[in-house]
Amino acid sequence: MNKVMKLMLIAMVMIAFSAGITLAKTELVIVSWGGAYTASQQKAYHDPYMKLHPDIQIINDDSAGSGAAKLRAQVEAGNVTWDLLDALASDAIALCDEGLIEEIDHDKMLAAAPDGTPASKDFGDLIASPCFIPEIVYSIAFAYRKDKFDTPPTTLADVFDLKKFPGKRALEKKPVANLEWALIADGVDPAKVYDVLGTPEGIDRAFKKLGTIKDSVIWWSKGAQPPQLLADGEVTIASAYNGRHFNAIVAEKQPIEMLWDWQHLDLDGWVVPKGAPHKKEIMEYLKFATDTQRLADQAKFISYGPARISSAPLVGKHAEFGIDMKPHMPTAPENMKHVILKDHVWWGDHEVELTERFNAWLTK
Amino acid sequence: MTNPDTTQEILTTADGVPLKVSLKRALRRKKRNSLLLVAPLFLFILLTFLLPITDMLLRSVDNKIVPDLLPRTAPLLAGWDETGQELPGEDIYHAMVEDINEGAATKTILRLGRRLNFERAGMSSVFRKTARKVKGLQQPDSYQAEMLKIDQHWGDINIWRLIKRESGAFTKSHFLSAIDRQTNDDGTIGPKPEYKQIYIKLFGRTLALSLLITVLTILLGYPISYLLATLPTKTSNLLIILVLLPFWTSLLVRTSAWIALLQKEGVINDLLVAVGLIANDHRLAMIHNQIGTVVAMTHILLPFMVLPLFSVMKTIPPSYMRAARSLGATRFTAFVRIYVPNSIPGIGAGAILVFIMAIGYYITPELVGGTSGTFISNMIAYHIQGSLNWGLGAALGTLLLLLVLALYILYDKIVGIDNLKLG
Repeated sequence: MNKVMKLMLIAMVMIAFSAGITLAKTELVIVSWGGAYTASQQKAYHDPYMKLHPDIQIINDDSAGSGAAKLRAQVEAGNVTWDLLDALASDAIALCDEGLIEEIDHDKMLAAAPDGTPASKDFGDLIASPCFIPEIVYSIAFAYRKDKFDTPPTTLADVFDLKKFPGKRALEKKPVANLEWALIADGVDPAKVYDVLGTPEGIDRAFKKLGTIKDSVIWWSKGAQPPQLLADGEVTIASAYNGRHFNAIVAEKQPIEMLWDWQHLDLDGWVVPKGAPHKKEIMEYLKFATDTQRLADQAKFISYGPARISSAPLVGKHAEFGIDMKPHMPTAPENMKHVILKDHVWWGDHEVELTERFNAWLTK
Repeated sequence: MTNPDTTQEILTTADGVPLKVSLKRALRRKKRNSLLLVAPLFLFILLTFLLPITDMLLRSVDNKIVPDLLPRTAPLLAGWDETGQELPGEDIYHAMVEDINEGAATKTILRLGRRLNFERAGMSSVFRKTARKVKGLQQPDSYQAEMLKIDQHWGDINIWRLIKRESGAFTKSHFLSAIDRQTNDDGTIGPKPEYKQIYIKLFGRTLALSLLITVLTILLGYPISYLLATLPTKTSNLLIILVLLPFWTSLLVRTSAWIALLQKEGVINDLLVAVGLIANDHRLAMIHNQIGTVVAMTHILLPFMVLPLFSVMKTIPPSYMRAARSLGATRFTAFVRIYVPNSIPGIGAGAILVFIMAIGYYITPELVGGTSGTFISNMIAYHIQGSLNWGLGAALGTLLLLLVLALYILYDKIVGIDNLKLG
């Protein structure tokens, strides 16, 4: 009898011990876009943070592509398993409106710039929603096949000029960016694009201009498609997230060249789900991961611009290819001559309606 | 002579219980045991399949959010005559201010803005703007004048008509949207403007292409299955592996492989140009259109046709064909009159499998379908994941489900569902 008791005691101690091991590490589930993007966050944020805090284990989840829908399902079911979600500014606004993510006090919760500038000033206008912590500035920009043209295209109007610059185009299967581009290419004052787009005539005009190249467009829906279409020679000019173009040009050495004219700037950043299981720990993490140096570090691994003003001068060389990353940033002065800043509030109102119309227009 | 029926005693078992009762008990026990055995499966299906689906389908008419967030305004609006040209009275504006104030304090009012924005673009901003500024209102002379000052949209009678129309706990707007219709400002139901009509067209295309894909899989799958069924087992097993091989490859890889084959600068076009069949500047467009969707999906779904066909054909005794031949039928007649009718259950099972899978496909049409080869599921995916308009997504899903059920019943009437065999 004594022997059995002893065995049971040992077993119980062992169970308690193994439970103790798993308890020692807090697991934070961070949801992002996967691929090169998550890798850049791993190297710039997660790895250094876990080194500083050995009790934290960061788990990557690559489902940010359907993050808004999945988060909504989790919150509605009352079973939130995510601690942090990487989201586009437009999704952050929608999720914040729906009350699915936490509001952030940027100055209180985030680190100030090295010179003491409070976070809210350092991020400036990029705080698109009270729930949003900006991380990077990215753009949807054009790139073209160098070897297919004798004189390279230099302006947005050239993208719409099929005669001078023959070949197919690849555009995103969304109204966002395409409608703005169509209007600017049609001669609308770039400063008034959203005013014009707010009128029924303006929308008609944008669709009409897009219609001039519609038969020569391959519409993409996944970020990996356009660089592939360019590399295969299926299209001669393609819009894509600038980081994807960068990868094709620098890492894969494809004969592709950027065409930054009227790049469409957008934001990506962090949002904290309501009911996140480790809120205290994740806020600790965010304070670290969104400070000036960390944001600048991410640009070593991927060509997206850090969202803090104070990070810009710290952007250095690419960790693997050793090239200076500054000219590859969408926020570099020479790339910023002509830019469209996405009007998130305007698109928040009109995206559903225009997507419906856009899809109907596509099937015609 | 006595009648045996009247004199016979009631039969009993050894312990004296009447046999009838005992038998009944045994049967009941058996029934209960078998029910208990099925219970876990039933519970599993109920919890993970039926309940979530019902919940999702109910979202297509659920509109509780509006009356919940407008507890004061919604009942008052019931008394307002929306057919006239008069804006609602001061009491309704006052109620709206209080509702928005309360919603702003609990941070829920913007959800209402998003809900109404699905009906009318711009409502999100109206509520965001109003919620920000309405706090400062302290007993003004006219709530209406103050609200109009905050946002002039509050003077638009159509916005009030919209709110009144959508103030019930249930809405029909999602189902109307799903069939390209809308409620006009005057309250009548009519078609959406032509440039916004899309869903009916996509339903039609989904059905037509799925049907085409099903027919193609039958045409391609039948000879393969026949070959597999008639070859010696050793060879046919090897060939079956070839049929199954695509199953072990990721769907995305198979789809991408078709892109590499079919695109303008792809393998097939290169070959055709090299042989001189087509000119270099007239390369065929075989992907990013309907052809792409049909080719890729036929390939992906082919195994679902081959496997049931093969297992049914395996059970057709070769002696049937020999008997037909010996009775004077030609090879062809014997095949058409004996073999094909015997293989019909396999065709039926394969066709239903392929058709129902095809109708719900979305990743392949998204990648290779361009604009002319996308399905209704692509729009459902957009509304679930992109616009977060789950109501409309659910309405489209419900219609698709009803459509499949209707076709299933039709199939049952024409072919007969008991004529279905998976092997």
